[in-house]
Amino acid sequence: MARRFRSFGAGLFAPFRRTTGFGRWILAAGLVLVAAFVLVAIFAPLIAPYDFNQIRANGERFPKAAPPGGDFLLGTTSFGSYDVFSRVVWGSRTALEVVAIAVLLSLVIGVPLGVVSGFLGGWFDRVTVLLMDALYAFPSLLLAIVFSFLLSDLFGGGVTAAGVALIVIYVPQYFRVVRNTTVSAKESTYVEAARAIGAPKRTIMGKYVFGNVIQSVPVIGTLNAADAIGTLAALGFLGLGIQPNEAAEWGYDLNRALPDASAGIWWTGVFPGLAIVLLITGVTLVGEGLNETINPTLRRRKLRPFTLPPRGVATMEHGKGQVDL
Amino acid sequence: MAASGGSLARYIVTRLLLIIPMVFILTTIVFLLLRVAPGDPVSASLGGRLSEEALDQRRAALGLDRPMLVQYLEYLREVVTFQFGETITDNRSVIDIVKDNGGATLTLSVAAFAVALVIGLPLGLIAGRFRDTVPDLVIRIFGIITYAAPVFYWGLLFQLLFVLQLDWFPVGGSASPETIFLVEDKTHILLIDAIIAGNSEAVVDVLHHLVLPAVTLGLLLSGIFIRLVRVNMLQTLQGDYIEAARARGIKESRVMRSHAFRNALVPVITIIGLQIALLMSGAILTEATFNWPGIGNELVQYINLRDYAAVQGIITMFAVVVVLVSILIDIVNALVDPRVRY
Repeated sequence: MARRFRSFGAGLFAPFRRTTGFGRWILAAGLVLVAAFVLVAIFAPLIAPYDFNQIRANGERFPKAAPPGGDFLLGTTSFGSYDVFSRVVWGSRTALEVVAIAVLLSLVIGVPLGVVSGFLGGWFDRVTVLLMDALYAFPSLLLAIVFSFLLSDLFGGGVTAAGVALIVIYVPQYFRVVRNTTVSAKESTYVEAARAIGAPKRTIMGKYVFGNVIQSVPVIGTLNAADAIGTLAALGFLGLGIQPNEAAEWGYDLNRALPDASAGIWWTGVFPGLAIVLLITGVTLVGEGLNETINPTLRRRKLRPFTLPPRGVATMEHGKGQVDL
Repeated sequence: MAASGGSLARYIVTRLLLIIPMVFILTTIVFLLLRVAPGDPVSASLGGRLSEEALDQRRAALGLDRPMLVQYLEYLREVVTFQFGETITDNRSVIDIVKDNGGATLTLSVAAFAVALVIGLPLGLIAGRFRDTVPDLVIRIFGIITYAAPVFYWGLLFQLLFVLQLDWFPVGGSASPETIFLVEDKTHILLIDAIIAGNSEAVVDVLHHLVLPAVTLGLLLSGIFIRLVRVNMLQTLQGDYIEAARARGIKESRVMRSHAFRNALVPVITIIGLQIALLMSGAILTEATFNWPGIGNELVQYINLRDYAAVQGIITMFAVVVVLVSILIDIVNALVDPRVRY
């Protein structure tokens, strides 16, 4: 059991150990940033001094558009006089929740659909590819606008609508990559071998093809997550995403902060925006770092110094055996 | 030669025929989403402001009382004839919106594209050339941050710094009211109108308003360009012909200039062309940030009015443009690079 755990740990850190130079630092910096936001999101109730929609404490209403300092670390907003710091903290929870659920669900839908479509081929494949290509060609923000515009009426709330809108954008991306890898994996020798020993289609798809096409997914997943954070904020900025009474959302706060800018009230926009930038940067750095370890055309491996063993006794590493030459 | 000419013609015809299902699927999605959704467009945008009879009248006038299938066929007919319908709230035809506001969007997009090329191409080449050195790291982080910061955040920061603090640029809009009043509207593109009128003050005024929005949108695109150019440069530098050129003793600077840069940039041209979707998304947000009178800004205003017909028309128009441009790029690409044809 312990052994198994160790090998799992080694597997987890394998991409990190394989990188060199800046690739490693990029990955490390990204992981630190993302971890910081995850911690803030989890411990938001402890970190944030007030609720995201709280406008009074101890029977006293918060001052409107108060500058940073004193009771309000990052000041208060000009709309509704919320505490900016608390909204930034609660906003990290909203962003991570929505984006994690949206990316996971698009994975769950897109990957199997891609495997099945690529493996079965025929008219099902052709129709799905056409539909997915059409969705893919559409500017993602416009697609998100259409979906959240409609669904906000249907669901009566922005969180679900924004989530569904994000899923619609990202499913085609996984579908395309996975389907194309499946099509090429289908022709490979190991799939032919599996077919030859009489493995049923389901086993081939689930065991042989799936395991091989899933490799490219982590990179797309992280890059999509970065993109999704931006899209969620953009929807909020356009007034289509999450509404202020549902949850704190950075994009919405930026929308409300825009008129403040000309009045010299800078703190209402600068801080939520900074949170968006830092979180997207973190996730992108993780994606770039992963890409550099997984994409063979970008990979650079450290060459270990190697000394030839003395003649006669060549000792293999790991002590697995001795070879007499 | 004759055979390859034939296959090129066939490729172009295939791509052109693909327009039909692509546009059909996109428009059908837009229609289904906007029409089958609960609630009807008229009461969504005008409900509460007009009497029940007046609302019924508006519905009948817009043909919303007819069966869904009839409406759908009518909508397809409009798309084919480039009509895209009329808005509910102010009875403007979508074609008029495109005519009146398309010029501003076009000006912004072209200027932003130029900014992005000027920033993105050299930085990407340098980062790829000096891989894993300090310049590479700095440029990559710059690229990631331009990509990570939403355009509306750049816009906000620029407004705080260059408008409020330094007072170098105007807050928003495409020109001062005097310019808009004085320059005669001929081409619907304010900059060109001002040049035609020979009004140098107006030209300067328009350019003055253009700087911040163009840089904001250009920065977003430049981040993508840097990434693409850098990766292409890395892959080009691994090519055998680079090694061969070095082995022949050609100077490193010459290897870079005539062997690496050029080959690294050819595929980038295509990929950059495909950024049209990103450009459109970015333009909508930039226009909303700077109150730039383009199509995106109109779209946002109609969204806030919950005008389904306007949203449907503008989105359909965008979809058609995207499909047409992407197919145009494919064809240009096939003309340039014979390997693309199949």
